[in-house]
Amino acid sequence: MTSFGLGTVDRVIRGRARARAPGRRPGEPRLIGLVYIAPAFVLYALFVLLPATDGAWISLFRWDGVTVATWTGLGNYADAVTDPVVQEAFIHAAVLILFYSIAPVCLGLIITAALSRHRIRGLTAFRTIVFLPQIVAAVVIGVAWQWMYDPQGPLNGLLSAVGLNGLTRAWLGDFGLALPAVGVIGTWVTTGLCAVLFIAGVQQIPLDRYDAARVDGAGPVREFFAVTLPGLRNEIVVALLLTVVDALRAFDLIFVTTKGGPGTETYVPTILIYKRAFQSGQVGSAAAIAAILTAIVLLVSVGIRRLEEAREA
Amino acid sequence: MITSRGERSLSYAIALLFAVAALAPLAGILIAALHPPGALLSGISLPETLSLDTFGTAWDEAKFSTLMTSSVIVSVSVVVITTLASIPAGYAFGVIRFPFSNVLFYVLIAGIIIPFEAVIIPLYYSFRQIGLTNTYWALILPQAGLQVCFGTFWMRAFFRAAPGELVEAARIDGATTWQVLWRVLVPIGRPAIFTLVVLVFTWSWNDFLLALVMISDDAHRTAPLGLSVFKSRYGLDVPSVSAAAILVALPILVLYVFAQRQFIRGVLSGSIKA
Repeated sequence: MTSFGLGTVDRVIRGRARARAPGRRPGEPRLIGLVYIAPAFVLYALFVLLPATDGAWISLFRWDGVTVATWTGLGNYADAVTDPVVQEAFIHAAVLILFYSIAPVCLGLIITAALSRHRIRGLTAFRTIVFLPQIVAAVVIGVAWQWMYDPQGPLNGLLSAVGLNGLTRAWLGDFGLALPAVGVIGTWVTTGLCAVLFIAGVQQIPLDRYDAARVDGAGPVREFFAVTLPGLRNEIVVALLLTVVDALRAFDLIFVTTKGGPGTETYVPTILIYKRAFQSGQVGSAAAIAAILTAIVLLVSVGIRRLEEAREA
Repeated sequence: MITSRGERSLSYAIALLFAVAALAPLAGILIAALHPPGALLSGISLPETLSLDTFGTAWDEAKFSTLMTSSVIVSVSVVVITTLASIPAGYAFGVIRFPFSNVLFYVLIAGIIIPFEAVIIPLYYSFRQIGLTNTYWALILPQAGLQVCFGTFWMRAFFRAAPGELVEAARIDGATTWQVLWRVLVPIGRPAIFTLVVLVFTWSWNDFLLALVMISDDAHRTAPLGLSVFKSRYGLDVPSVSAAAILVALPILVLYVFAQRQFIRGVLSGSIKA
């Protein structure tokens, strides 16, 4: 206890500690824990939990945000489910999952397969670079990609330079291509995350499994499917979990690049929620869509985890 | 491992390809920002002379001194509040047994995946009612409320892994629960706390939605919001908007250069069980 300093202070503390806990056996539940979590919990309850339940309540009213709200029960939900704009937004979110999750997981696996068979020099630098999109503000990423996609931007410049003038276009303003174009930004953001996750995972796979596969005469492809892929199962689940939630929650990027346009081509639930709640005075409807989105996000996260647990069992 | 030469080159080629792809969009705005303000760019054009003037212009035009001040005030406050609240909470969940600890923990970590869009609507109307919109509080408090979920989760993982003998020894010496936390565990937990600080600072610096909804006056705008406003006004001035974007990202990029290990570890392991 010398590190705690003064002997007298020590003795006082020790005396108190003994006096304070008579008859309490070690390991017994103690209410003091509640005091320790109080600050964090109060913050969370006041600014996240309470508003979340408040939002569920708002979703039961027709309200423009200014005048008196009128009760509509599940009316907003019924409207949302049958509203083609809302349906479209959720379909777009599903499409974005392909770009935010499926594509990055596949690309991440390709990177991992390429880098895990032998020692690669500069692996740390590589990790740092591909992870970079994860830490840059979405607004900045939006600005960067909007310039990439600009009619006068680098992408079209590159296409012209290699003689593909016919392919140049205003990517983000193109009906039909705007959503995939936004999706590619998502792929760009999450691929590094998946790669880094998988590269770390591969290092946990026992080397003798690779040796065994090689003794059996497995080439790089068989080795990947027989050893690497099964060994990365956990990491793949985590990657899916993170990126699917990212896809469903995507807002900043889309708001900055297309604001949902052209037309409603890149409308996603979050954009719709923002527009209805803060621009067109359909607050109840926005709250209902938000509640549906939250339910989907929670279900998907629990679902993906269950899937994994079921497989392990 | 014995692998062929061709295979090796292919590996490096793939690595190079993805590294270039990861950097290209950012390099794109960096090159654009090196052009004079207002210059019309087309395709991949390199500036004839290297000058940082555009950064100065963007700094003035977008009022970055105000934006940066707001962002620093907000992010630092969020970091301080989140860290101070998460340490004892993570400690309690990790080390102390108390009633309902399991339920409370699950309720708390639900905050990591909850879409903030679900919270923002009622939050805005409540804050408007009590007159807190267009204040820093409107950004700090909800951000802290959200970040304590991750913070608690993160600190709990650290406290669980902390050597039990150390705590025992301190206990035997008569230290109270509170003293064990601040005099024994927090000092050895500096790396974990540093990671938390770095991540929370980054997330709150990068936040956009909360600022977009809560702030409508010039004085309280944060850097990402300011960038979005600047872009919608000067969208055609690609060099200036690009320079502004880089200014917004710069503090985090600098932080990343020094703490990339912490960033990666935090984002990955923090999210693994979310």
